[in-house]
Amino acid sequence: MTTVVLLVALAFVAVAGFAVVATPDPRRQAITLSLFSLCLALLFVALQAPDVALSELAVGAAVVPLLVLLTIRKVGGR
Amino acid sequence: MTLRARTWLCAAGALGVAVLLVTAFLRMPEFGGALHAYRDLALPAAIARATPNLVSSVNFDLRALDTLGEETIVAAAVVGTLSLLQPSKEERQRIEPQRGYVMPVVKLAGYLMLPVTLLLGVDVVVHGHLTPGGGFQGGVVLATGWHLLYISGSYPALARLRPIDWCEYAEAAATGLYVVAGLTGLVAGGAFLANVLPKGEFGSLLSAGTVPVLSVLIGIEVAAGLVVLLAQFLGQGLIREEAS
Repeated sequence: MTTVVLLVALAFVAVAGFAVVATPDPRRQAITLSLFSLCLALLFVALQAPDVALSELAVGAAVVPLLVLLTIRKVGGR
Repeated sequence: MTLRARTWLCAAGALGVAVLLVTAFLRMPEFGGALHAYRDLALPAAIARATPNLVSSVNFDLRALDTLGEETIVAAAVVGTLSLLQPSKEERQRIEPQRGYVMPVVKLAGYLMLPVTLLLGVDVVVHGHLTPGGGFQGGVVLATGWHLLYISGSYPALARLRPIDWCEYAEAAATGLYVVAGLTGLVAGGAFLANVLPKGEFGSLLSAGTVPVLSVLIGIEVAAGLVVLLAQFLGQGLIREEAS
């Protein structure tokens, strides 16, 4: 059972990671990056590391995409 | 250096790293195995100091010095952002408060989530020594939750309820107080950041000695620091381009 959960979580991370690399537009990439962090947080929960999952959720899924989007908004139009 | 030489140099470096990684991976303990050298050392130490959350015990007690380093990194990032991205006086007058359209549903969700998120952030910080979380995680939740005000309300609303000056003072004060707590441990306990406070009852809110104190300090530092950092990015993003 645990193995199945782990394999599913790992598969999610692999697919989401590929999606980030395969997204050409940086604006959309910020969103896929956020989804990737969400999958990574799920994997950390499956591996019984809730502290790291919380950090990943807060920093990876919220703050980093926000900073990326704000930076693109400032410099992207040139 | 020619392109050819650079390619060869890069390939040699990559090969070296690959060899090192493979040798390291071959000698790693089995995934999900029962062998955990670090756990066997950290778990009894954490229980002896009445800290149920082993990770917080490592972060704020057993290896509290490492957290001081990480805290300094956050402080340095905030100072760097402030010095590079602080909008100048005439730029600040060009900040355009509202552009675009926010769906009413999103606004409603933001207003509903704002108190919940802030409460959750405080909860994660204060219970850092008991349940998963701690100062860093809770601080980030607090700082990002505060910005729901921008999504639901407006930039002027956020700017009024976000005293940047006080956030800067709080950030600096919390960073300094962490060192003061460490020096207190040095004087009273004989080691920098020693856990000198009474340990209390295992699992109660006021227990684990200095762990919750340091967790709250880190929470204040990270929350205030991230608010300052995001404010600079947000301010830069909202400056109207000069008509050319």
